Amino acid sequence: MMKFRFRRQGTDPQRERIKQELFAFNKTVGHGFPHQPSALAFDPKLQLMAIGTKSGAIKIYGAPGVEFTGIHGDATAVTQIHFLPGQGRLLSLLDDNTIHLWELVAGPSREVGGHFVVRIFSLWEKIKLCLFVSFIHSRLPDDYRCGKSLGPVESLQEHPQQPGKILIGYSRGLVVLWDLGAGRVEQLFLGKQQLESLVWERSGNLFVSSHNDGGYSVWAVTSGNACSPQPVSSTIPYGPFPCKAINKILWRTSQSGSPVLLYSGGMPRASYGDRHCLTVQQDKEHVTLDFTSRVIDFFTVHSIKPEKEFDDPSALVVLLEEELVVIDLQTPGWPSLPTPYLAPLHSSAITCSCHIANVPPKLWERLINAGKAQRGRQQTHMSWPICGGKNLAPPPKQQELLLTGHEDGTVRFWDASGVALTPLYKLGTANVFHTDCDDPHDPGDDPDLQQEEEWPPFRKVGCFDPYSDDPRLGIQKMSLCKYSNKLMVAGTAGQVIVLGFNDERSDHSVDVSVVDLLQDREGFTWKGHSRLEPRLKPAPFPPGFQPLVLVQCLPPASVTAVALHTEWNLIAFGTSHGFGLFDYHRRNSVLARCTLHPNDSLAMEGPLSRVKSLKKSLRQSFRRIRKSRVSGKKRVITTPTSKVQEANAALAEQEEVAPVQRRIEPRSADDSLSGVVRCLCFADTFLRDGTHHGPTLWAGTNSGSVYAYALEVPGVGSGRACERGGASESSSCVEAVLGKEIQLMHRAPVVSICVLDGRGKPLPDPYEASQDLAIAPDMTNAHSVLIASEEQLKVFSLPKVSAKTKFKLTAHEGCRVRKVALVLFSSAAQEDYNEHTLVCLTNLGDMHLFNIPALRPQVRYDCIRKEDISGIASCVFSKNGQGFYLISPSEYERFSLSAKVLTEPLCSVQLDRPQMLPVVSDGEGQTLEPPSSLSSPILDTPLDSPLSCADLTLDSTGELTVEDVRDFLT
Amino acid sequence: MSFDQHVFCFVQFEAEYRRFGLKRNGSGGFQEFYRLLQTIHHIHGVDVLLGYADIHGDLLPINNDENFYKAVSSANPLLRIIITKREDEPVVYGTNSLQRRKKGLGLTGLRTTGSGTIHSKSKSGLMIGPPQNFRQISSIIDVDILPETHRRVRLHKHGTKKPLGFYIRDGVSVRVTPQGVEKVPGVFISRLVRGGLAESTGLLAVNDEILEVNGIDVAGKSLDQVTDMMVANSHNLIVTVKPANQRNNVVHRESKNFMGNSGSVGSAGSTGSVLSHESPSPASQSNPITASSSIAEGDSEDEDDDGDIILENDCPTAYNPHLVTKRNSVKLNGESSCSGPHPSAVGRPLPQSMSLPSSIGASLGYSSNTMSGHNGSLASSSQDSMKDDGTELTL
Repeated sequence: MMKFRFRRQGTDPQRERIKQELFAFNKTVGHGFPHQPSALAFDPKLQLMAIGTKSGAIKIYGAPGVEFTGIHGDATAVTQIHFLPGQGRLLSLLDDNTIHLWELVAGPSREVGGHFVVRIFSLWEKIKLCLFVSFIHSRLPDDYRCGKSLGPVESLQEHPQQPGKILIGYSRGLVVLWDLGAGRVEQLFLGKQQLESLVWERSGNLFVSSHNDGGYSVWAVTSGNACSPQPVSSTIPYGPFPCKAINKILWRTSQSGSPVLLYSGGMPRASYGDRHCLTVQQDKEHVTLDFTSRVIDFFTVHSIKPEKEFDDPSALVVLLEEELVVIDLQTPGWPSLPTPYLAPLHSSAITCSCHIANVPPKLWERLINAGKAQRGRQQTHMSWPICGGKNLAPPPKQQELLLTGHEDGTVRFWDASGVALTPLYKLGTANVFHTDCDDPHDPGDDPDLQQEEEWPPFRKVGCFDPYSDDPRLGIQKMSLCKYSNKLMVAGTAGQVIVLGFNDERSDHSVDVSVVDLLQDREGFTWKGHSRLEPRLKPAPFPPGFQPLVLVQCLPPASVTAVALHTEWNLIAFGTSHGFGLFDYHRRNSVLARCTLHPNDSLAMEGPLSRVKSLKKSLRQSFRRIRKSRVSGKKRVITTPTSKVQEANAALAEQEEVAPVQRRIEPRSADDSLSGVVRCLCFADTFLRDGTHHGPTLWAGTNSGSVYAYALEVPGVGSGRACERGGASESSSCVEAVLGKEIQLMHRAPVVSICVLDGRGKPLPDPYEASQDLAIAPDMTNAHSVLIASEEQLKVFSLPKVSAKTKFKLTAHEGCRVRKVALVLFSSAAQEDYNEHTLVCLTNLGDMHLFNIPALRPQVRYDCIRKEDISGIASCVFSKNGQGFYLISPSEYERFSLSAKVLTEPLCSVQLDRPQMLPVVSDGEGQTLEPPSSLSSPILDTPLDSPLSCADLTLDSTGELTVEDVRDFLT
Repeated sequence: MSFDQHVFCFVQFEAEYRRFGLKRNGSGGFQEFYRLLQTIHHIHGVDVLLGYADIHGDLLPINNDENFYKAVSSANPLLRIIITKREDEPVVYGTNSLQRRKKGLGLTGLRTTGSGTIHSKSKSGLMIGPPQNFRQISSIIDVDILPETHRRVRLHKHGTKKPLGFYIRDGVSVRVTPQGVEKVPGVFISRLVRGGLAESTGLLAVNDEILEVNGIDVAGKSLDQVTDMMVANSHNLIVTVKPANQRNNVVHRESKNFMGNSGSVGSAGSTGSVLSHESPSPASQSNPITASSSIAEGDSEDEDDDGDIILENDCPTAYNPHLVTKRNSVKLNGESSCSGPHPSAVGRPLPQSMSLPSSIGASLGYSSNTMSGHNGSLASSSQDSMKDDGTELTL
């Protein structure tokens, strides 16, 4: 009853105000590469690039730091986007045949987007299309007509010099130059091959068409000639054997003479039909850029000033399905440029991540240098070509580092201080081991080596590499000490590597230690993967983090928890079988403890457990079938009859699916995988008695067990080690003594353990206290330990472990704890006021904040959709109240829980916007006058055949509805 | 044959009795006596426990030489020995335990003083040790404040090896509202496991709708959330259900007619809604007191429940195959004497069950296997072995 009354209280206005000054939830910015991009556009006047995705998002990028995001209300794929150059407006065509008009709107501090929707093409345009189709038909020569329709319009291109003229390309090959002003056909070009795309030459005297057969044709525009039956020239670059279509072609003139021709596709069908290629050729120079993922679209950055005679392209920007590649066209050899944003986070799948705030400048500088050395030859002198907008964000107050571990055994270091996540340095761990492909080659590193004497002249570009050489190399856990520059990484095959930073290249062999975590436990056989073979010979290690020691856990199960204490030179690591403690300074194993429950057979089977995986995969495949059936039905065009059918089908489906049931049983000791070590932590605290503190190691398992070990570290700490003095020095090795074993009654997995000092604050990191970088912990009052399990948060007093406070989250809310972090929140109003808070992410994707050590709930925010399991699993917190989670395999969403610490784009774009569109007040269904002349090419009407367009009923002709005004979220 | 040198043994094993004489000083040790009894009763190979009645009428164990000699020396000259199978329900040793036993098994022939019996009753709350033959496994609570269509059931999981034994599923609940019949998603019991705790209570049934878990309304919560809440509360689970079968409801309102309106405040408040049986409303809505009272109860109860076990070691223990049993025994002790506000959780349920309405008397199942393997001798021996390991218990 008492407790209940306590919980009710909390509407203290003073406290509420402080809470508001401390906590605020914002999703600030997305990092990485948009998932499944589907459209690309570039505004040469404003120097802005827009990317549309299959999920209906539009992202606009300018100079580094200039970013805008908008999301269409319904998640349909964006098929095309076009800027209205210089106006800060863009049109998007969606898969559901709607056109949306977006505009950048200046707010007091950030840009907000206005958003208009056109349900269907405006009437004016339709009429014209209908008109001239019949008109054209009548004018075609009889032998060309052959009684066939012209096919859909593939391309519409506006004349570069005369705005009233457009070039219309029909699928069958016919190209028409249409004069909008006069409303008549100016010239007909009788193409014979199926058309893919059209592009004007700068002067407007030529245009180039690309075709289905892998060829392109150059056509001359001559006034007075009504019909040109033949192109000027026609080439199939990769012939003579059948080639794939050239999807898009660009023709850019240059001062040096011959034009630059850029086109995607056109590869010989038989030998290279599966490659994703883009060809750049100028005169004799010819490069076939070979990408690892599909080319979505590309454009060139070139001069658009009318007084200039040539295009002089400076850069080629290629949007691929998985990354953005920029080629410097001014530097000979056309090298690729590193991108300052849109980093392909997922070049190999992300397996774990870790955030380090407030990185010391020394380490920062060394990392940047190591990264520069890595890129080496790749470097070009060109600055980033897309430079629209102005970044108004103040320079970051501190350097932040985001580490991502990948499936291929690499660890990537990202600069997470600002809005753009930029790569700093990449660390590979594969060279510690013997792998199948022993020489570590990176396609991006050595472009010269790749250039073989072959035709087509392929050049591998881009770093997206989804294929892992060996899944055992995958990184599972990482820990970095920013003061001593020691890094600990642990992987899928039980490998734990300690690395130190070295500015010089070094050839050395890595010490290997094997730790048996089973401890002669009988009756278990490991059926999972074997361990990785360490390389015995000295290997060359480039500047950066270089491996010192390799500790191999046996059985080689995936490492599930790590802890690093650089002051004591200790690492701790845990797997599904137990945990170990290793002294990397003296290179000896201190402790190995098996946590297996005798009944647990599953743990031994390893990740490839046949019984379970078969069952699981069957279930999954059934689910997939069901899902695909459902989504297939959705795509049916909605007519009244189909709607009825749909409803019936939905009903039938509901009935056929048996209700899911859940077993209600307390967790028992012999649940499978109960021995998995979930968390490890080092702390200098009171374990033996209330007067002597010393190093301790804490480990928590999946079955709610917590083991606490008292450590004797020579030369460290107070207490007994000092009293004994010489004795411990002579033995000079670390010892671990089991001090406490706690079995949580509810047996839920222990998610995190943290020791709090006498003031109830978390203990500082290693070196922070001794180097005066943090307030020294209070060692005079009694310490306590915070144990967070999936179901409860609990604080125990130390050294006598008795429960002080607790919060039963699952019992009250029905959600389970997934991630916890202790975060220091600073007040937005008072300069020096801050509070340590426990942030807790649950399986429902919401954030619960608790004060410590009282564990009073403070606020709750919905953050991640509860269905987004990988998003919840990938969430990582920073120490100052921000966090990251994956919204797709390639994108991190950055969020902030703090009212003070926010990293969000602050930028401005100089617009030259004609006021022909009415300013949206709040009215609905405002009709809008469409632009009287085409200022941007509009391609591809969504109609199958222009002849059929008259049949379509236009229920909302030319009507613009205002759907949502605050859609640009950033 | 003098009484000084001989002991008359009166041995009872289940329904069989044997009498024989024994030399007071000539007899060997405990093992020899144990074998002798096995021969006499023809129960070779059966694992049994021996106990004797001392001069005060207490049932004391014989399991080593020392207490065997003590038993022999205490015989006057009759030595009453009781043999029980080890698999049977645990024998409760201790002060006046024989009297209690007598009540249960109808054993006669022992001299008991009236004062002794009274004494035992008054002292029963203080007994520390494994629980008695009967233990409470479930109860209906808050009958006075709940609508008649609802039932609040408390399942006492602690100590039993029985699984809770039920499954829940999603479903559609039909509610009667002023606007008409409304369909809302609900959570229902989908299956009861044979022999499980839930089935043995008879208070829960398939298709009962779950309205609350430990005082928290489950409306709007997903099946997984409700599952997690139940699992988190599984040691002391209080579920409020709307039984699918509404015929067996506790109809305490009928007594209202002749008892006058002396009912609780809660019942008076909810009379209106209760009169219409078929308009179910979540208990927490119809009566705010309900939720609070059950939370309070739940919380105070699981201060005991949550006694996490803390072992203090001075040296790392090697793996021990007996670890599991050791843990269990430790847990029991931890439960009974942890630092919660109610020092004896085990002793408490009994007086509670006394006050239960007679209608659910049947629900008091008899859990025969409750404490198997946790009788006194085992517990003490495991404690001994722990001391050998250098392990001490902080309790």
